[in-house]
Amino acid sequence: MKLNLKVWRQKNAADTGHFESIEADGINPHMSFLEMLDLVNERLVTSNKEPIAFDHDCREGICGTCSLTINGVAHGPEAATTTCLLHMRHFKDGDEILIEPWRAKAFPVIKDLVTDRSSFDRIIQAGGFISVSCGGTQDANTIPVSKTESDLAMDAAACIGCGACVAACKNASAMLFVSAKVAHLSRLPQGKMEKSRRVLSMVRQMEAEGFGGCTNTLECEAVCPKSISVSNIALLNREYMKAALFAE
Amino acid sequence: MQLDSKIPSGPLADKWDKRKGDMKLVSPTNKRKYRIIVVGTGLAGASAAATLGELGYNVEAYCFQDSPRRAHSIAAQGGINAAKNYQGDGDSIHRLFLDTVKGGDFRSREANVYRLAQISGSIIDQAVAQGVPLAREYSGLLANRSFGGAQVSRTFYARGQTGQQLLLGAYSALSRQIGLGTVKMHARTEMLDLVIVNGKARGIITRDLVTGKIERCIADAVVLATGGYGNVFFLSTNATGCNVTATFRAYKKGAGFANPCFTQIHPTCIPVSGDYQSKLTLMSESLRNDGRVWVPKQKADTRSPSQIPEEERDYFLERKYPSYGNLAPRDIASRSAKEVCDEGNGVGETGLGVYLDFASAIARLGKDKISERYGNLFDMYEKITNENPYKVPMRIYPAVHYTMGGLWVDYDLQSNIPGLFVLGEANFSDHGANRLGASALMQGLADGYFVIPYTIANYLAASKPEKIGADAKEFVEAENAVQNQIKNFLSIKGKRSPSSFHQQLGKLMWEHCGMARSKEGLTGLLSKIPEIREEFYKNLCISGADSEFNQQLEKAGRVADFLEFAELMVLDALERDESCGGHFRVEHQTPDGEALRNDKDFTHVAVWEYQGSKKPLRHKEQLVFENVELATRSYK
Repeated sequence: MKLNLKVWRQKNAADTGHFESIEADGINPHMSFLEMLDLVNERLVTSNKEPIAFDHDCREGICGTCSLTINGVAHGPEAATTTCLLHMRHFKDGDEILIEPWRAKAFPVIKDLVTDRSSFDRIIQAGGFISVSCGGTQDANTIPVSKTESDLAMDAAACIGCGACVAACKNASAMLFVSAKVAHLSRLPQGKMEKSRRVLSMVRQMEAEGFGGCTNTLECEAVCPKSISVSNIALLNREYMKAALFAE
Repeated sequence: MQLDSKIPSGPLADKWDKRKGDMKLVSPTNKRKYRIIVVGTGLAGASAAATLGELGYNVEAYCFQDSPRRAHSIAAQGGINAAKNYQGDGDSIHRLFLDTVKGGDFRSREANVYRLAQISGSIIDQAVAQGVPLAREYSGLLANRSFGGAQVSRTFYARGQTGQQLLLGAYSALSRQIGLGTVKMHARTEMLDLVIVNGKARGIITRDLVTGKIERCIADAVVLATGGYGNVFFLSTNATGCNVTATFRAYKKGAGFANPCFTQIHPTCIPVSGDYQSKLTLMSESLRNDGRVWVPKQKADTRSPSQIPEEERDYFLERKYPSYGNLAPRDIASRSAKEVCDEGNGVGETGLGVYLDFASAIARLGKDKISERYGNLFDMYEKITNENPYKVPMRIYPAVHYTMGGLWVDYDLQSNIPGLFVLGEANFSDHGANRLGASALMQGLADGYFVIPYTIANYLAASKPEKIGADAKEFVEAENAVQNQIKNFLSIKGKRSPSSFHQQLGKLMWEHCGMARSKEGLTGLLSKIPEIREEFYKNLCISGADSEFNQQLEKAGRVADFLEFAELMVLDALERDESCGGHFRVEHQTPDGEALRNDKDFTHVAVWEYQGSKKPLRHKEQLVFENVELATRSYK
């Protein structure tokens, strides 16, 4: 396959950035999208050009490091798929492919396609946990948890924190990410104790980081590689309302 | 090199309590006066940093990823072992201990393994308290599944994402401490050297991967939890960023490297499909609970699997190991797969693959049940291969997955350098020559949550590290060495990328130091590796500068270390003239192809001491088995 890549190049956070056309020839349809970029980079390096910077690590769709908005869609055209598990067989010979970084105020570009997502970490630091220190916990089977609730908690906990939800949202809202953590923890008996405190702190931090508000366009759910449901956002809103009215 | 394992005296079951009872403590008001560096934020590092923070120490935590949540522990799929005996199937601490020692082919330290089994239950308690959504039954109680090398069901799991959920649990505890200010997190920062002052580990040199800034970081103790070195093979199930740099540079500063040749080849991975491939993907061992492994009896059979009748299939694991069947331990299952492929019965385009078939499980349990158990793994398989495993059997082949070797540590997880502690996959201590499935998560969290908090206090209280400044000459020298190496990489201006050298090295290592190793192959490697290294330093090409985000430069440093480390690994494989666990020397096998140990000469840990340009010295820590009888490992 031969492809025409239009890749976002940006030297650093201060640079304004631009699209660069790069031809990618001899692409095997069984390659993953990132392996295609590896090959392009290998050719750039050996011809003394600057390779394209992009984030990647596990390459099996679980670490949440890879990103990329491909032809305007976060993580590309396949549903419930991270960029690292997107394969070139989903493209056609001669295709033009537009490759951009996540675009959001709260995710500033570091270089080319690499962004700084530490705002997500700070939201978790504000309250995305159960305040239990190591040691002194009771036997794990002391508190039964209904399988249904536990499964729903697991559905929400599957979030990989990649930031696609933010990149897809026209408001760059982080509501799906925040709601997934709120839902995961507040569904479990262990997490109920501090659920009001948690939701208030996390939402406060989310706003401080410059993420936008949620206007229910549901783009986030559509691009989420782990199919995190927007029903978590409804749960978040409910928890937030209760906490705001009665807790503080 | 002094190798005192510091194993407490007394009965096995009382050793850890005795050790804890004998340890010195640091009072709560004094803890904040100590600064501890933790490198790596996987299960071991995150749990250690969080727990030390909770206790009141000043913790500086480092990871090269953009967030501590992304460490490679996240990719562990199947589960975590714990001797809870919730299933009432005869499990106990002693049995988990026995399984682990036997699984490791009698090359691990009894006392460490026993402690691991003792602690295992507390890990589950801790994880559940943190909100880790481990799988449950309709009763609301925790569920278990079976794993290789055990005849009891003791593996706890969170769908096929157990590593992710446990890591997110440790990450949430770490995040809480970062929020509280006890832990300072440095993401996108790589450790490039260890600094030793007056014989004690007193800090590290780091590079900020965004700005390129090199910094000196001083502490009273250094904890390395930087994972394994499986990426020396280039293709492995490790994340692309995993590397040996932290542990290897500590080795060059005097830390002993133990059993570097002990590598685990995981039997169930998606086979290699082409030269472009950047990594291999694991399909959890838990799949072997319900999947049956087979190849066609007829050689080079090109029929589609559905066309091959039952009687023309060889379910080779069930045939060779009737009592464990498809749940034979990893090293044995891997070797069997290689054997049938070498004989010409392999499947797929390359002939390097065997079927993992779920048809009978789907017929027995229904598609929904299988999907509930392994849905995400099946989806991932389909994404990568474009084949639907509900309909067509998976094709799998062994791949490098985990490394049992690592920096040598004593019972307190302290290396031979005072003040340098090593946790998780980065140390060597618990898995011997082969790790059992679902034991890596257990060890990482045991080390971080339940061992290091005690042993580091004992060290700090007893050694009372003296005050030093960042202008100490050892720090200046270490920083200069790091700066010089970077300048050197940038000045070569050759024609080849760091990756191309990595790939070249990896291919050779897989061929001659992978699943089967011979004296001839290993000796050949010892002359080839220095040639690649030489070319690396003549023909490396890196664009960009050192004072910016530069992924090629990061990679160059890691590849440079792999190029040296590979030689140590080969040397160790050559001198361990026996077969044990994952280390299979073709010269030493039983008539039916099983690994043949040599207990008389090799019941020891090989610990390597760096000697500059000279050949490293091989030291021995003799392994003493007082509670298990050294037996031929049989899963038949």
